[in-house]
Amino acid sequence: MAVKDEIKAASNRKLLNRNLAQMLKGGVIMDVTNAEQAVIAEQAGAVAVMALERVPADIRKDGGVARMSDPKMISEIQKAVSIPVMAKVRIGHFVEAQILEAIKIDYIDESEVLTPADDMYHIDKTKFDTPFVCGARDLGEALRRIAEGASMIRTKGEAGTGDVVEAVKHMRKMRSQIAEVSALPSEQLATYAKDIGAPLDLVRAVAKNKALPVVNFAAGGIATPADAALMMQLGADGVFVGSGIFKSSDPKRRAEAIVKAVAYYGDPAILAGVSYGLGDAMRGLDVEGMSEAERLAKRGW
Amino acid sequence: MNIGVLALQGSVKEHIKMITSVNKKIGVVPVRTIDDLASVDGLIIPGGESTTIRRLLDSFNLGTPIRERILAGMPVWGTCAGLILLASHIDGESAYFGSLDVDVKRNAYGRQIDSFVADEDFDGMYMPMVFIRAPMITRVGDGVTTLAEHDGVPVAVRQGNILATAFHPEMTRDNRVHKYFVGMIDSKD
Repeated sequence: MAVKDEIKAASNRKLLNRNLAQMLKGGVIMDVTNAEQAVIAEQAGAVAVMALERVPADIRKDGGVARMSDPKMISEIQKAVSIPVMAKVRIGHFVEAQILEAIKIDYIDESEVLTPADDMYHIDKTKFDTPFVCGARDLGEALRRIAEGASMIRTKGEAGTGDVVEAVKHMRKMRSQIAEVSALPSEQLATYAKDIGAPLDLVRAVAKNKALPVVNFAAGGIATPADAALMMQLGADGVFVGSGIFKSSDPKRRAEAIVKAVAYYGDPAILAGVSYGLGDAMRGLDVEGMSEAERLAKRGW
Repeated sequence: MNIGVLALQGSVKEHIKMITSVNKKIGVVPVRTIDDLASVDGLIIPGGESTTIRRLLDSFNLGTPIRERILAGMPVWGTCAGLILLASHIDGESAYFGSLDVDVKRNAYGRQIDSFVADEDFDGMYMPMVFIRAPMITRVGDGVTTLAEHDGVPVAVRQGNILATAFHPEMTRDNRVHKYFVGMIDSKD
């Protein structure tokens, strides 16, 4: 291939991977641990599923090292549903990512929910044809991940807690930083980029477009239709629900309700209707009472 | 003129932006209710996940009114997931609107790693076409015109008031398919 064609192919791949995330907008991505749950999620209207061995609430409870799921379990889920299938790898574990690419996963989540494999470096995601989604707590972290090749961003929130407060904090932080950088005179952008630890070209792009260059979903603590609609009203492009569905008393109904709440997030009458008699939400953990060591969001940088 | 974009899930913003780029005077309505639908002269069904969109159409009783408007001649354009919903036959599942006489197979080009960009001719206009986990048109009925092909397979078709594309013109900077659709609404009046 001529150099020019290679550059074109690489830029097409970047575009296609960002575009798949655009197609997921206004949708709900649900954590599932087997094919049966994946089918429930698809029938409830999920736009994608995240295949993992244990939902974050169980990872917290069980402790131990959390790793990429068994490819056999992921393949069973791929066979069971027609929607995109995502799966998680440990931060920095590029071989787990190579394995997921080999089984043609649709999206890789380099996730703080799993135990980090590298305490210095995230994966160089530009080396992969498969798209990546990464967690972020603020604009600097989001742009560092995008610079490494992420095609989609999600707030970290605090996974496995059912407490939405951290997701709200991260989404608000990103939105206010985007507003802030958009209002800066151009000569201040280099210093701003240095202060938040992000590449200048991406900071310039955010300032110009008043938006991240990729889709930004909310994740980490969403347990109810109201939580999901809250994140949408705060500017999320869609939501990830991890433990919130299959740790509730009626997963099927809750999954359907959250899908409807995301589509009609601005309509309180519909939100009231879908919230009606849903049964118990996951019990949850108050993030305020957690020690620093228990917090997953501080993994990654 | 008002053009609706079905706004339940998917590439809604992109279609709205493209229609506005064709002509700022066109009203663009995100369609979520029967009242929204009543106010539009044409409807775009965007890309997204067809299983999600059809589920929401049923839950909020929008499927039947849209099907009736299409039958009554309202111009409609489905991109990717929209094509699947319009098709009269979907491989392995029941048809949804069933208004367009084609067979489609979902994800027939493969998974995300098989998504691609191609430059092809659409009704005499050469343009970039973005295919993302695209459906394949496997049969075209007698009354259906093929407007674009890729590797000998139809990727854009028209049957009277119905336009469908397996690719996503809304994900490019080329608004000529949007112009074409606006033209379909214009010539109807």
